Amino acid sequence: MTVFLQQLINGLSLGAIYALIALGYTMVYGTLQLINFAHSEVFMMGAFASLYLAKATGADQNPTVASVAIVIAGTMAFCALLGMTIERLAYRPLRKSGRLNLLITAIGVSMLLRNGTLIAAGPLASFPSLLPEAQWQLAPGLTLRSMDVITLSVTLVLMALLHHIVERTQMGRAMRAVSHSRDAAALMGIPVDRVIAFTFALGSSLAGAAAFLRAVDMHKIDPEMGTNMGLKAFVAAVLGGIGSIPGAVIGAILLGLSETFVSGYLTSTYRDAIAFCLLIVILLFRPSGLLGKHAPEKV
Amino acid sequence: MTRGAMNGWGAMLVGIAIIWAIQIFAVPWTDPYATDIVVRVGMNLLAVMGLALVLGFTGQFSLGHAGFMAVGAYTAGALSMYLHLPPVVAMIGGGLAAAVAGLIVGLPSLRLTGDYLAVVTLGFNGIIIVLIQNAEWLGGAKGLIGLPTFTNFGWTFTFVLVGGMSLRNLLASAQGRVFKAVRDNEIATRSLGIDTTRAKVTAFVIGAFWAGIAGGLVAFHRGSIFPSQFQYDRSIELVAMVVLGGTGSLSGPLIASSVLTALPEVLRPIAQYRMVIYAMLLIGMMILRPKGLLGARELSEFIRLPKRRGTTA
Repeated sequence: MTVFLQQLINGLSLGAIYALIALGYTMVYGTLQLINFAHSEVFMMGAFASLYLAKATGADQNPTVASVAIVIAGTMAFCALLGMTIERLAYRPLRKSGRLNLLITAIGVSMLLRNGTLIAAGPLASFPSLLPEAQWQLAPGLTLRSMDVITLSVTLVLMALLHHIVERTQMGRAMRAVSHSRDAAALMGIPVDRVIAFTFALGSSLAGAAAFLRAVDMHKIDPEMGTNMGLKAFVAAVLGGIGSIPGAVIGAILLGLSETFVSGYLTSTYRDAIAFCLLIVILLFRPSGLLGKHAPEKV
Repeated sequence: MTRGAMNGWGAMLVGIAIIWAIQIFAVPWTDPYATDIVVRVGMNLLAVMGLALVLGFTGQFSLGHAGFMAVGAYTAGALSMYLHLPPVVAMIGGGLAAAVAGLIVGLPSLRLTGDYLAVVTLGFNGIIIVLIQNAEWLGGAKGLIGLPTFTNFGWTFTFVLVGGMSLRNLLASAQGRVFKAVRDNEIATRSLGIDTTRAKVTAFVIGAFWAGIAGGLVAFHRGSIFPSQFQYDRSIELVAMVVLGGTGSLSGPLIASSVLTALPEVLRPIAQYRMVIYAMLLIGMMILRPKGLLGARELSEFIRLPKRRGTTA
């Protein structure tokens, strides 16, 4: 039972990080039908932005509530700007061309950012402890780390905020309209380009928050850290039905739990294959993911 | 078209003779480093050809082509290591194993369309890599080493020529027109009574076969193979080559893969920045020349344009 609870905590914590990244994938897919391969690099660069912000504010020496809050907010703002810049420079010129072109461009942007970071920041950096790292022994073999609590609460707050923006604000309604039909939205007078830019900003800022949490937890960051996390988060988004916001969260939690449970109970050697096996099984039975809408093909 | 195809086979025999003449008389006196780059171009050519059939001509978005290369490479390696088969036989075995893998992946997943198919093939690639990493008898993550080094200029380009010619003939046949019809409009094709799933699986299996052969060449190139060589970034690289060359063209992707394989070597003096330059070229190409190098045309159409009646894109 303690093993079960322990894996539940670990799985939820991992799933929360996946969810924050997966939301960016799913929202961009909803508006542009693009698998934004550069999103994983936005996450990675967010971690580096956190590091430099921590050094600039002195939070790495003496983490106070205010300086850590500045680091988080700064990281999210940096990622939002980065996402918007990528969209403006690389994706917008291709708005009228095929989706495959957009995809290759995304791959190119991803390579550019990863290798650019490698040159600018080097292969590996250690990350300071910015958050309190307490551990509570709840039962023999069952520990609750403060990082898990913080990760889950930050994720919940951000998701509530996202829900509010998407469901209750003018911009959120415009986002939903664009994701429903870009042409119809444009005809209704919705500034589609601005809405798409906002979608990138929103998704990227969530990735920034995820990057901060992950970096604090891992204590080290490197330019390759986005690749694996991004791939898993993307798989999570597809599991839940890409384009669906609640789907991405459900897919991410499901993926986080399956990974920790399989490595906790069975074996950790096949851990990286679980995501893909789960994906294939779910897509074979529900070809549009768990919450995805099945769009009938039309001639 | 049959006469053209016949002529093609004749030309192919001449081509093979020329390739071996180069191998015997020129390669020993050429800079080994330059030869090595050319051989690597050839191996990529084979893999890209298979993907051009699947992605460019049949319109099925596969992000797992490196997975088929892995199946081919490791099957060829295992056949050579444990059964002591000659490398050529082992490579053909590898190609067949990759084709079977293509059938197994293709049959259930080709019900999916577009991006979902891409994701499943990506997943297949990931699973294959994890399985190999955990298979001790295949060397695991440390790689399979001690294989014969057999891949040379002659063998690589013999396979490239045979593969290129057979794909060219396939695309000119009725089956080839079915592939293009599936790509252009799957529902319309189905309404003509054509089994589109069968066509897609066929393209997948043939594409996987040539990827498997390419994998075999990789295995016997250095005599060692590692799971990390076949990870999904390799698949993405192959997709980039096809799209940059032009989907719906066979010669376009071949040119693109030659350039993209050789480019990092040319840029080696500025090694630190080469991946950044490579990425910027990729983005720039997509923005400035969105249909790829040749679009849906073939190189021959640029050279002897008036002779051909009706383009077959």
